[in-house]
Amino acid sequence: MRILVVEDDAILLDGLRVGLELAGLTIDAVSTCADAAVALSTSAFDAVVLDRMLPDGSGLDVLRRVRRSGDRTPIILLTALNETANRIEGLDAGGDDYLGKPFDLEELAARLRSIARRGAGRASATMEWRDLVVDPAARLVLLRGDRVDVSRREFAILTALMERPGTIRSRADLEERLYGWDGEVESNAVEVHIHHLRAKLGRRTIETVRGLGYRIGGER
Amino acid sequence: MRSSLRSRLFSALLLATGAVWLTAALWIDLGARAEVEQVLDNRLQDAAHMVGSLISSGRLPTDGLNRNPAALLPDAGPYMHQLSCQIWSFDDRLLARSGGAPETRFANGGTGFSEQEINGEMWRVYALEDPANGFRVLVGDRLSLREGLVTDLIKGLLWPAVVILPALGAILWVSVGRGLAPLRRIAGDLSRRDGEDMSQIEAASVPREIRPLTTALNGLFAKVEAARRHEREITAFAAHELRTPLAGLKTQAQIALMSEDRDVRGNALRQILRSVDRTGRLVSQLLALARLDSAPPARKEDVEIGAALDEAVEFSRMAGPDVAVEIGSDLRGVIARVPREALDLVLRNLTENAFAHTPPGGTIRWRRGAAETTIELWDEGPGVPETDLPFLTRRFFRGAALSTPGSGLGLTIAEAAAAQCGASLTLANGPRGGLIASVVFEDESSLEVAT
Repeated sequence: MRILVVEDDAILLDGLRVGLELAGLTIDAVSTCADAAVALSTSAFDAVVLDRMLPDGSGLDVLRRVRRSGDRTPIILLTALNETANRIEGLDAGGDDYLGKPFDLEELAARLRSIARRGAGRASATMEWRDLVVDPAARLVLLRGDRVDVSRREFAILTALMERPGTIRSRADLEERLYGWDGEVESNAVEVHIHHLRAKLGRRTIETVRGLGYRIGGER
Repeated sequence: MRSSLRSRLFSALLLATGAVWLTAALWIDLGARAEVEQVLDNRLQDAAHMVGSLISSGRLPTDGLNRNPAALLPDAGPYMHQLSCQIWSFDDRLLARSGGAPETRFANGGTGFSEQEINGEMWRVYALEDPANGFRVLVGDRLSLREGLVTDLIKGLLWPAVVILPALGAILWVSVGRGLAPLRRIAGDLSRRDGEDMSQIEAASVPREIRPLTTALNGLFAKVEAARRHEREITAFAAHELRTPLAGLKTQAQIALMSEDRDVRGNALRQILRSVDRTGRLVSQLLALARLDSAPPARKEDVEIGAALDEAVEFSRMAGPDVAVEIGSDLRGVIARVPREALDLVLRNLTENAFAHTPPGGTIRWRRGAAETTIELWDEGPGVPETDLPFLTRRFFRGAALSTPGSGLGLTIAEAAAAQCGASLTLANGPRGGLIASVVFEDESSLEVAT
């Protein structure tokens, strides 16, 4: 899952980036309202962590602008303003969830997974397609009930494809999900990961759509 | 003695009333005594003359004892019986006397008044001599009778006082109590309040005399309320400002616990150290600000600016290890009359701010301003957008540039501390970039060159 983190405190931002990546998420980080607006208008994220007090304005303004533009990306507000009135204001401005500082890293990761899957139209914590089950919280892949070991990157690609079975994901899309903006992308990285996944899950699980990308669960 | 307004008012009023009454009584006593004396003396005289003229006209025989010449006198009320009359011949025979008259001769000597003690009683006597007919008429009355008359008069005056004074006291007591009732009501209202209630006392229902008190109290309430609101804002802001570094600390600590990777853990621990340093600094700055807000300025003393600047630079060195410092020679020997700690806060926070914004290899310069009473700090940082200048000293204002990890309190502290030094802080962009912080001492005598 690709997450945008908007936070102006350098140490906390570093912690969020490293910590959420440890939880299996791909993180892009910005620290101002302006950068957040640019990031949201140019890339697709599964969820956003948005600090309320930013140096160049309020996170709530970013939130309202995003919602006005019709963007439905799930957004969790992260804030030191932790009064009930502040939480209500944040949720009413279009926030999907609200977490007061200081927070628990694992709780934040769980809430991100939760709002991300709801954003993708799923209620279940696990993603299933035929006899394949992916559990993002436990970072677990089960094939016919047996556990399959996959790497972090392979898991990210598998998750992206499993989110909406039948939908085609382009190579660029998958690369962005894997690395965010910062990661160094090797030219054939996605192909290599797809290759490994096919070896582990069966050749026909992931289908190549020539010229467009990859998908799981295409019409046969 | 407990000072009760009611008792004091009451006793003052009662004393005054009593004194008026007593003075009146004394005055009347004196006046009445003289009057009574005069009237009774006249009566004695008249009686003597009447008896004398009766005898000389022969209508009153003087040959029988125990005749009552007084009976011939005109009726004079109850005092008549008290009048005694003796008629003596010139050869000292008692010719006649009235019923109550003693046999002892009233008086010797010629015509006129005299006083004499007879049988242990004082008598006032008028003597009338008639040498032609050879008799002497003596008319007298007892002095005790006169005393009695005056005493009756005074008693007549004092009785109503004895009856009315307690009634007057009761009226005074009650009405003074009534008059003080609003005070009791306000006191009751105030004592029922909890510590949070700083609402104003309603002035409309308060008597004019108590209004200065309620006005002063209301003023105090307003000040306390403002101070507390200010404090609450600071506390809320401080709590808020501390939450973010706490969140950073917690996150990094969780990473250190979760990660197996040595590098990741090392980095997280380093971040924790950095965050602890920064948070500690934030806390001490908050404390400095709280002290500046609450404490009155300390005693002023003579501080040599050059030496104080050396110390400030030494203290702030960590903020800009690679930045050079120039302290103008015109600042050496300049003496400021200021509270020492406040001046240190000004100089340190400005120096730290300049260090933090000046790139490595740059120079910050302390020097004397164009005006005699100004010292300035020039840095070589990027300066500040003109629109941000007015907000620089606002609490936790960091600007949108996010170029440094300051707490947003340094310039706030510098301004507050400058105010305690009797100085103001102005911030402006320099002609060739960088920020110029000017400390302008308002009082010319607070900054002078030592001679």
